[in-house]
Amino acid sequence: MLKTKNLEFSYNNQNWLKFPDIDCKEGEHWLLIGLSGSGKTTLLHLLGGLRTPKKGDIIIANTNISKLSSSELDHFRGKQIGIVFQKAHFVRSLTVEENLKLAQKLAGQPVSTARINELLERLNVQHKLKAKTDSLSIGEQQRVAIARALVNKPNIILADEPTSALDDKHCDEVLELLETQATQENATLLIVTHDARLKEKFENQITLEDN
Amino acid sequence: MLLSLVLFALGVGLISLLLLLNTQLQEKFDKNLADIDLVIGAKGSPLQLILCSMYHIDAPTGNISIKEAKPFLNPNHPLIKKTVPLSLGDSHKGYRIVGTLPSFLELYNAEIGTGKIWENDFEVTIGAGVASDLKLKLGDQFHSSHGFVLDDNLIHDDGDKFKVVGILKPTGSVADQLILTNTQSIWKTHDHASPNDESHEDHDHEGHDHDHDHSEEPKPLIEEVDQEITSLLIQFKNRNYQTLNMARSINENTDMQAANPPIEINRLHAMVGVGEEALRILALIIVFVSGLSIFISLFDSLRDRRYELALMRVMGASRSKLFSLIILEGILLAALGFAIGIFLSHIGMEVLANFMKSSYRYSFSGTVFLKEEIYLLLGALAIGMLAAIIPAIQASRTDISKTLTDS
Repeated sequence: MLKTKNLEFSYNNQNWLKFPDIDCKEGEHWLLIGLSGSGKTTLLHLLGGLRTPKKGDIIIANTNISKLSSSELDHFRGKQIGIVFQKAHFVRSLTVEENLKLAQKLAGQPVSTARINELLERLNVQHKLKAKTDSLSIGEQQRVAIARALVNKPNIILADEPTSALDDKHCDEVLELLETQATQENATLLIVTHDARLKEKFENQITLEDN
Repeated sequence: MLLSLVLFALGVGLISLLLLLNTQLQEKFDKNLADIDLVIGAKGSPLQLILCSMYHIDAPTGNISIKEAKPFLNPNHPLIKKTVPLSLGDSHKGYRIVGTLPSFLELYNAEIGTGKIWENDFEVTIGAGVASDLKLKLGDQFHSSHGFVLDDNLIHDDGDKFKVVGILKPTGSVADQLILTNTQSIWKTHDHASPNDESHEDHDHEGHDHDHDHSEEPKPLIEEVDQEITSLLIQFKNRNYQTLNMARSINENTDMQAANPPIEINRLHAMVGVGEEALRILALIIVFVSGLSIFISLFDSLRDRRYELALMRVMGASRSKLFSLIILEGILLAALGFAIGIFLSHIGMEVLANFMKSSYRYSFSGTVFLKEEIYLLLGALAIGMLAAIIPAIQASRTDISKTLTDS
């Protein structure tokens, strides 16, 4: 489902980041762990199609995204990849519902309030449907961000440091939330983190060496 | 964002107001030129003579005697196609009463709407505007008042009453705002009103009046050599050096003056035009500055929205989508500014129209929309788009990865 081969990236064509090959099957949950500066975020952005690799291939759902044109990649990203960022960001002038609708529209999907309601209910933030995102608590924001990542039924969910700023209790909660939702959607989950607490919770792990 | 919107609306509003004023003023002036080649009246300012005799906005320069004007009243004058005498000086509730001949109506293509053209003394035919503003109907009677201002002390209440016998169809010209009667009625009002004419009593007036109408045929104007009129409106058969000479000779050899309407109106335009030009430039500067301010505020807001834009890219929006989004924002701002500006200018024009109507007896309107306003709209949208181009390019170049990492 998510595969990389000989992936390399460089910001200045001098210092090259070499990434280990990844092979995640459909529905699997993976942990990508590495210290700060190991190129975690770069790899996440490469996998999410936010950057184009200099060398190597990324294959998601049988599509080699490093070969896609810029606008094809935009479309593919919107539809197939859900990303949960460390800090939740939204379009501030819009409500929770409108933010989710926007995610559907921008991905070229039909707007479905049923889908939005279903997700928000599952994530227990249904009552915030009409709220402005600024008025949400941090926990609620993260739930809405997860809902947004899931709204277009992506094949891949990428999560960037979802737990590193949280205490143990909330760390477990968020992790469970991500895993349950990914399982329910039958999506491949890849969590990128330096949070050592997660190490024992995943069977499938990739470790990034310091370059 | 709000400031640029207000600025933009102000600029658009000013330009549109100038357009409206200019077009309607031009229209009035042109319509009222009525192919009149020459105005003859008492010596004084030629512009004043024109404004008074053709536009009915200034006071008369004085009177001329029929004796002196006689050659120009001659229907067989070799150069003159038509001469219309005017006697001014009285009014009713601020509307001017003009003593003239029925040929006056031909100048302005005025037609009778209801009733008839005045025939006898103290019969009046009124313009459509007068009728609607003063709510006058056929058969209504009123005393005239001396001068052009509303003043109860100046009413000729010992004189005969004027009676409305006809109402003109609207012409869009100055004829709409006038009360027309024969020249003799003006003279008679003033004869009656003069203090040495006390032998008459009110009861007698009516009787006398009727006697006048049926027994004495009024003499043609040309024979009333002891009387005076205000001015003559003249149409020539052809305009040539003879007509030029005629005007010059009137100015040099008589106590009268001849004024050329197009020359005087051009003079007026030239005088007023400077202010108008300055206003127009001011409006253009405001529009330019507001365009700049739209540009700056869009550019500024991009910084705040960088993350949102990157987020939209993450959610699947392409570069061209962000580009068109920002362009659309510029165009929307401009369209909104245009709408507010047009709204303000038409409201302003309506207010001005009421003000100008009461002081100049001219009907303007704020509900008229011009073809030029479509060009103004296109121009406004173009400015909104232009102002948004650089911010839009900036937005479309958002580096998603970098923006997300930086924040």
